[in-house]
Amino acid sequence: MYTKDGEKYFIVDAHIALWDARPENQLNVHGKQFIDCFYDYHRNLSPEAEVWPYEEYLYQGGERLMKDIFTDGYVDHAIFQPARLGEFYANDFGQTEESFALTQANPDKLTYNHWFDPRDGERGLDQLRADAERFGLKGVKLYTADWHGESRGWKLDDPMAYRYFEVCRELGIRNVHVHKGPTIRPLDRDAFDVADVDHVATDFTDLNFVVEHCGLPRLEDFCWIATQEPNVHAGLAVALPFIHTRPRYFAQIIGELMYWIGEDRIQFSSDYALWTPKWLVEAFVDFQIPADMSEYGPLSTEQKKKVLGLNAAKMYDIPVPAELQLPDADETATGPRQPESADLAMA
Amino acid sequence: MTAVLSGQLTEAGVRAALGAVVDPELDEPITDLGFVRSVAVADGGTVEVHLRLPTSFCAPNFAWLMVSDARDAVAAVPGVGRVVVQLDDHSDSDLINRGLAADAGYVGTFGHEAEESLDELRLTFQRKAHTAAMERALTALLRADPTLAEADLGEVTLADLPPGPTTDALLQRRAALGLPVAGDAAVLVDAEGRRPDRAAVPMAVRKARSVRISVDGNAHFCRGLLATRYPGAQDDQVPRAADRTVLPLLLDQKVSS
Repeated sequence: MYTKDGEKYFIVDAHIALWDARPENQLNVHGKQFIDCFYDYHRNLSPEAEVWPYEEYLYQGGERLMKDIFTDGYVDHAIFQPARLGEFYANDFGQTEESFALTQANPDKLTYNHWFDPRDGERGLDQLRADAERFGLKGVKLYTADWHGESRGWKLDDPMAYRYFEVCRELGIRNVHVHKGPTIRPLDRDAFDVADVDHVATDFTDLNFVVEHCGLPRLEDFCWIATQEPNVHAGLAVALPFIHTRPRYFAQIIGELMYWIGEDRIQFSSDYALWTPKWLVEAFVDFQIPADMSEYGPLSTEQKKKVLGLNAAKMYDIPVPAELQLPDADETATGPRQPESADLAMA
Repeated sequence: MTAVLSGQLTEAGVRAALGAVVDPELDEPITDLGFVRSVAVADGGTVEVHLRLPTSFCAPNFAWLMVSDARDAVAAVPGVGRVVVQLDDHSDSDLINRGLAADAGYVGTFGHEAEESLDELRLTFQRKAHTAAMERALTALLRADPTLAEADLGEVTLADLPPGPTTDALLQRRAALGLPVAGDAAVLVDAEGRRPDRAAVPMAVRKARSVRISVDGNAHFCRGLLATRYPGAQDDQVPRAADRTVLPLLLDQKVSS
């Protein structure tokens, strides 16, 4: 819970990880390249006081995670979204056993989502059933740019992926977190293309698709798809830290999201341990769209409360104190919303 | 003759040629972005160029486009003999550098990961570059003229745009797509030159705006990441062109409604 100026904010961090990128877990140079890339993201976008030493960044451990997220970070509930990266790390990148043990020890605070990979074929379908039972899965995290043998990526609308989504539907796994990265076969087309989200969201209207980092670097394609598909949501991982170094850019991202998909389909996440939630929560509560950006309406306290926790809590049935709950906006389910709040559109 | 040309071959000349190579995603020259790490000119006209990118995992198809365009640009400089272009510190450095050295082409380099060509990818981003340039021109006009409404932007022609870098950039990107550049041509068009109905104009402008924000934001992030990854790289970067400051210059005046 975060309190500021008498307002209480229920916080759900919808995307965290407990990773191990230490040299002894790196399989090859790509394991180092991957964590170095994350570390550059971290260094580039964090306030100076929040930058970690490289050694600490390689592995955090459960104790530090609990402190950063819950003791210091105001978070009421957090959701593990592990990445496998089995071609880069000997025991994967996201630490399944450690994360799940932490979840079992703190069931009110943590939810564990697991991954699947359609390139694991029939065997992977059986594994998904077993994982759903063991972890009590409500959601999955899918990294479509993961490498797998000769393959360096897959698409959500691959026929085998549809078999997995059918199993998700059958098992009650309703929440699909999609993380887009580069290197998709074939390389002929845009590696960050989000068109497959459109197809799968249309064909599985009973599943929620949360697109992490709101489709960045293809914000425009994401917004255009999400405005038409009521079951497509935006995760703010990576986008939110711009609030510190590039607040005017962040204003445009959140302004676009509010315009195209509205206040009920945007979720806060720190992407821990890429960043820590404390400064992000504080900055977002204090944030306002600059007055000169008249193409966007100002952000309301209610909208911030929804983004910071209520939206994800609703998706995951996380109990929220009655006095902190808010009704859905009285808005269209699809298409742009609140155009009247932006004076440029009215001029 | 050869001797004279060799005498003219300089590092500056090679860098100038590399200035024609554009990051298709960011729509900016690789020289302005700081992606050119080094240029070395040796006796006999051998040129070695090293390129660097903001992360190890920058999309390999874009990386290929930039290194192969760089190779072609350098090879076209008078007096150049052997050309070596190397991409440093990328997850696909070995693959790309080997393919380039062997002149294997895109399909030959990426094998089963490639199908035909990267022409469609290039076209996709030329279209985005045009859309972003169009939005910059129209939003600047909207902010400068309080009597102009968003719904009126469908009527704006190229002749209505003020002279300057924003208009020049739009004209260049229209020409690249084969769109008309005469003064009576409408500014607000899609990649095929079609104009939206009046009722669809505000939505067309909003869509274009989201494209421009995406391109500008990516450009800003990539520049920052390069400087984080390679300390000092910011000194090799040229500030974004005047036609597209990272975020639009906003006037304090409110648009009357």
